Amino acid sequence: MTQDQWTTVADVVSAVCLLGGAFFALAAGVGALRFPDLLSRMHAATKPQVLGLVLVLVGLALRLREGGAVWALVLVAVFQMLTAPVAAHMVGRAGFRTGKVRQDLLVVDELSRDLAATRQTDEGGRPD
Amino acid sequence: MTVFDVVVLVCAALLTVGATLAVIRAERGPSMLDRTIALDIVVTTVIAGVALYAAVFRRADVVPLLVVLSLVGFVGSVTVARFAAVEPEGEGRVRTREEVAAEEAEKRRLEQEELAERRARRRAALEAARDAVPAAATGPDRDASEPATEPVPESARDTVEDEPDPEHHGGPADEETR
Repeated sequence: MTQDQWTTVADVVSAVCLLGGAFFALAAGVGALRFPDLLSRMHAATKPQVLGLVLVLVGLALRLREGGAVWALVLVAVFQMLTAPVAAHMVGRAGFRTGKVRQDLLVVDELSRDLAATRQTDEGGRPD
Repeated sequence: MTVFDVVVLVCAALLTVGATLAVIRAERGPSMLDRTIALDIVVTTVIAGVALYAAVFRRADVVPLLVVLSLVGFVGSVTVARFAAVEPEGEGRVRTREEVAAEEAEKRRLEQEELAERRARRRAALEAARDAVPAAATGPDRDASEPATEPVPESARDTVEDEPDPEHHGGPADEETR
């Protein structure tokens, strides 16, 4: 294939990636609006969100086709994949501890059990 | 209009709708963590929008902006989650103007009531003191000349202030929060 054909292919793949990424961003917005409680909204805010952003960045990289810019885009994607779980963990933990999680929607709840057990041993171990 | 232009327009529309839905959730969100998540989605959508812009015009110079935005979004949500506290019922709702006005009026009414009650109590205490002083067989002009030494009647004990502390002229110092 000639150089011209390669650029056409890259542009087409880039358009597909941009469309997919935008669709996932829409899915994240719909999920955040429609889901019933904090944890399910976090699900919408982390997974489709990061995947959509990575797809958009891949589309942008295929469109730019320059070394330095593509490395910066890789950096953005890596940052997102590193920070999204940390932010989600902090938000979920704070939500659980301040009672913003709906207990009736949980399938498995190991944290409540562990917290209760810890509290019991704390009270039992006290000298007075 | 080429196919790529149509694709870009569709992408922009999808991103706009997604961000709008997230903003609606941020307005409704019953707690501040819901709002944090929704604004996180908005930030990521903005990153995607800037990336779309860079892709359309083949501009590599806006790429550092993407790096900065992704870092700022992370710091924001982590900070809010760090300081999340238990919110009272109904606290996390944006109130309408009428509700705020009604709340203010209620607060003002309570303050007025408290003030009137305090005034009535003081008047009652004063009258009790005036009754008690002639009963103790002292002249009526004594409480005018030396009001500080007159005995405080039992009913008025709680309205009498303590002797002023030379160091703290205000209220009791140990009730202050520092």
